[in-house]
Amino acid sequence: MTTETASPYRVDTSGYYGPFGGAYVPEMLYPNVAELRDNYLRLIDEPGFQREFQQLLADYVGRPTPLFLAKRLSAEIGTTVYLKREDLCHTGAHKINNTIGQILVAQRLGKRRIVAETGAGQHGVATATVCALMGLECIVYMGAIDMERQKPNVDRMRMLGAQVVPARSGSQTLKDATNEAMRHWISNPTDTHYIIGSVVGPHPYPDMVARFQSVISAEIISQLLAHTGRATPDYVLACVGGGSNAAGAFYHYLDEPQVRLVAAEAAGQGVDTGHSAATTALGKPGILHGSSTILMQTEDGQVTEPYSISAGLDYPGIGPQHAQLFATGRAEFISITDRQALDAAFQLSRLEGIIPALETAHALACLPLIKAKPDEVVVVCLSGRGDKDLATYTKHLEEYA
Amino acid sequence: MNRLTNLFQHKTADVLNVYFTAGFPALHDTVPILRSLQDAGADLVEIGMPYSDPVADGETIQKSNQQALDNGMTVGKLFEQLQDIRQQGITVPILLMGYLNPVVQYGVERFCQQCQAVGVDGVILPDMPLEVFEREYKALFARHGLQTVFLVTPQTAPARVQQLDAAADGFIYLVAAAGTTGLQTNMNADVDAYLQRIKALGLRNPTLVGFGISDAASFRAASRHTTGAIIGSAFIRLLQSTSAEQRDAAIREFVAGVRPLQVA
Repeated sequence: MTTETASPYRVDTSGYYGPFGGAYVPEMLYPNVAELRDNYLRLIDEPGFQREFQQLLADYVGRPTPLFLAKRLSAEIGTTVYLKREDLCHTGAHKINNTIGQILVAQRLGKRRIVAETGAGQHGVATATVCALMGLECIVYMGAIDMERQKPNVDRMRMLGAQVVPARSGSQTLKDATNEAMRHWISNPTDTHYIIGSVVGPHPYPDMVARFQSVISAEIISQLLAHTGRATPDYVLACVGGGSNAAGAFYHYLDEPQVRLVAAEAAGQGVDTGHSAATTALGKPGILHGSSTILMQTEDGQVTEPYSISAGLDYPGIGPQHAQLFATGRAEFISITDRQALDAAFQLSRLEGIIPALETAHALACLPLIKAKPDEVVVVCLSGRGDKDLATYTKHLEEYA
Repeated sequence: MNRLTNLFQHKTADVLNVYFTAGFPALHDTVPILRSLQDAGADLVEIGMPYSDPVADGETIQKSNQQALDNGMTVGKLFEQLQDIRQQGITVPILLMGYLNPVVQYGVERFCQQCQAVGVDGVILPDMPLEVFEREYKALFARHGLQTVFLVTPQTAPARVQQLDAAADGFIYLVAAAGTTGLQTNMNADVDAYLQRIKALGLRNPTLVGFGISDAASFRAASRHTTGAIIGSAFIRLLQSTSAEQRDAAIREFVAGVRPLQVA
């Protein structure tokens, strides 16, 4: 799985992706982050770790997830669309690939308590799930506003035995939940592991999370080969909040330039409306949550409040690897509005009988925009299912009657 | 000579450093509070540059940061406020404390030039990695007469303490216990053992203890094995609960209360 050649898109020995990445953490977090940095590759590569990880992905998560040829959607768009069905993972999204991996790391580091942040609640549920499975204490920070708009996930976490703590600082959304989780880790430095839910945070988190999610593109390669006789699609589409499903879907294609990588960002009400989360369109280089990346900020370097209909994309930054993919032009970033995402969600539901998560709907909304030819193959990472978004979808039902 | 160097040459015990947030409680309170602290006998002053996402800070300082930002505080405005303070009788050593992103967006070189122009003596940037400092900023800071303070915590390994001590000038900021600012540190035997352990390392820099220092008892306990201590959240709470008219007297009383044995 490791690529030994120096790829400009993969983490270097200092923890950077070009100018992005690094570990910009206060000294209080240094021992924890250093412990992880010095051990993660060794731990992940151990045969015993891999055995347990693969076993759980198969028997507990339900992997491999199918690669599904969406015939009616393909006909509608005018190209060949395959859906990588991460929505069929246990708990309903790709997030659990990472939490399984990280809880195995935490156990091997002797940690007894897990802290996590969550936006839409998918990562929180995936974390609460693996904590229940392994018998570890679980504390999840969630923005007070997100707790209201994603109530079913709050209840799921509580049913799984996790303590859900509202983050009441700042905008009371994902960014603030992340701040609170980091503060909790600062206050509990020896017995706690912080399971970050995306490819963000200080090195080695972005690389570690991408490695755990890389199972997505590893499976796409063999499944696409079986379906079509070719291992590489022409396009891979994925949504990017922090960017963990995109990092996993892109992983094994990063150094194959003939595969076009497309990242969908949340434009919210529109990139220029002041109510948006389109980080590459609106942001510039800076430091957020422990890494150098691209983030939305004021002239004075204050992090600005993002907006998206989708709580999982409501984040003012992107992972440092994605910043590098954007800066080098390796990936194309497309801004998708709330309306375009809703259109795509209803389209997929009606054409294929699959209700996608609002996050995922942003990736689907790119399909008509990339101008793929009929004989070209497009893989969309269907990162999550839409049950959690039913309240939002219900508000718009009449518009799509 | 750098005012910090001068201070620690003349004073090796019971040094009191007080933190407050620039532009708080009101935008133009920065310099009046600075002057009151100097008059009250603070040995050095740490001015916080407010930030939207201060992860190392507890609720009290977070809220003061947010209020300062709501008041319109920026890095540029702070330098405007500090213009000419050295010509107007402010002699106390001044550190600027803040998170790296606003400094990077302002421009690190421009930031250093402004610090030098207004008479800032040092910086504390808790999320600036040591290796980034050494590679990119060390020479620049030194060229502008800026000393750099690094944090050490009870979890910091001895070898790293030595490394931070070698990179730092000014002083070493000893975080009293695991946590964010404003925590209720119980100055117990564990903290005492940690401070003794640091003392035994024989660092080249003076040491000041922060996080959870709020009164005479905690100040005394913290200073026993170190050069002195830092008060932040407790002072912010004082500013919150005091009217502008009573502030000067309240600050005098606060500083005298923390360090009752101090002979001015």
